[in-house]
Amino acid sequence: MSANTAMAEKYRNSFLKEIEEQVEMGDWVKMCMQCGVCSGSCPTNFQSAWEHPPQELFMMIRAGKREEVLTTSSMWNCTSCYNCIVRCPRKLPITHIMHGIAEYAHRLGLAPKMQPTRFFSGLFWKNATQTGRVNELKLSMGLYFRNGFSAGVKEGMKMKDVALGLMKAKRLNPFEILGGHKCRDQKGIQAMLKKAYEIERSRKAAKMAG
Amino acid sequence: MAKHEYAFYPGCSSQKGASASNYLTSVESMCKTLDVKLTEIPDWNCCGASIGYAEAGELPRHVMNARNFALSEQHMPGKEIVATCAACWLGARETRERLTHSDTLMADTKEALKEAGLTINEMPEIRHMVEVLIEDIGFDEMKKHVKKPLEGVKIAGYVGCQTNRPFGVAGESFENPMYLDMMVDMVGATPIPEYDMKVTCCGGALAFSEPEKAQAQIKDIIESAYDHGAEMIVTPCPLCQANVEIYQGQINKTYGTKFNIPVMYYSQLMVVAYGGSAKDAALNGQLIRARRLEEIAAK
Ligand code: SF4
Ligand code: SF4
Repeated sequence: MSANTAMAEKYRNSFLKEIEEQVEMGDWVKMCMQCGVCSGSCPTNFQSAWEHPPQELFMMIRAGKREEVLTTSSMWNCTSCYNCIVRCPRKLPITHIMHGIAEYAHRLGLAPKMQPTRFFSGLFWKNATQTGRVNELKLSMGLYFRNGFSAGVKEGMKMKDVALGLMKAKRLNPFEILGGHKCRDQKGIQAMLKKAYEIERSRKAAKMAG
Repeated sequence: MAKHEYAFYPGCSSQKGASASNYLTSVESMCKTLDVKLTEIPDWNCCGASIGYAEAGELPRHVMNARNFALSEQHMPGKEIVATCAACWLGARETRERLTHSDTLMADTKEALKEAGLTINEMPEIRHMVEVLIEDIGFDEMKKHVKKPLEGVKIAGYVGCQTNRPFGVAGESFENPMYLDMMVDMVGATPIPEYDMKVTCCGGALAFSEPEKAQAQIKDIIESAYDHGAEMIVTPCPLCQANVEIYQGQINKTYGTKFNIPVMYYSQLMVVAYGGSAKDAALNGQLIRARRLEEIAAK
């Protein structure tokens, strides 16, 4: 049984409960009073990028619209600007809930496959945790070459002037591709992260069983 | 002994040859003038930034920050941690807040840290460099060192998101923080308090993943600076700086605009005003050169 089917089965009657137990800060969703301030404060929502802005997502969660919520690309448009958080009259940690729903959808394999921010988010985390520090060159290359070599060259060319400018200003180092900045205790970092994932997984599983 | 000493968390973008290396150079020179000693946390790791969320989950993200806290405590017990990057500062403060408020999360974090041979006994204070300047040093002291006031230079103070929300600088409002304008005024330049895009989001990491969306926001930020007669923009955040500066060429192509406005760090303005050289202020680190500042620095 896939992770998704298992979850859907377990929480058959309550998507809200599923969100509360499985999503970071999900237990705040029920506090929303549907005023719409978050949606009206959201910069990417101004560009009509969100199919379902935050307020609507909260309503859909309560209405049990599991499939629609977990497969939408909406919350991947969050730029972490925290405008919604500071304005929400009910003090919902909206930014974190958006990241939390996105992470959950990603964990279940339901998030839209080609969503660019989903891709970048994963790439960033891997890049940062592999050596302990971000390698900006590998990070950008990984992003441009996500759709194969020729698409990568094309996307890279679009960014050529930016990259050359940064190199000239000594703010992008082409030799980073050979390794670059890293932490000394990479082994410790890997071990510590492995443990953290283990603990987090077992806590979520316990909630599901409980 | 220096007047003010802190544990320093530079963050990935400030490393040599990285996108905000010019920020670090100017901060170092600014700190020398103000007698602030920053000691880098040995072997610090990435804060995880906001954008890692899809893979990071909750605990791994906090554990990354906690490792830096633990290293700081081990090498510099009792010292406050200072970050120059808005996102690093925010991420670390968030971790501090969550761990302080949840015994479970704290216990889990300690268990994971043990794997790296580390532990936390005391939660450090996490400060942004501008907090240190405003709260520990103060405007009067900062102003005392000004040798070459940036007279007649009109500068839009672009605060952005993450130094402003959700924590912000104490005593400032989220909608209209004034500290950056006060810093512009302090170095003798002309601030634009009515600059209406001062807390607009630059698109953050979407500038990489979905450039059209971020660039639409960046365009508004720059346009408003021009509308208010600014000849440069200043910011306290490395991602704001990079996003607003480096895509101007692409925005010009998309929108037919003619943007070419320098985007500086507050620390660069201060170094020039303190009589530092163009090199001390890392003015050569700009894609769009700040000629006015170069002239003043050369005088
Ligand atoms: S601002 Fe807060 S209360 Fe209002 S709709 Fe958004 S989440 Fe709900
Ligand atoms: S933090 Fe995310 S959801 Fe909230 S206003 Fe900003 S972009 Fe929108």
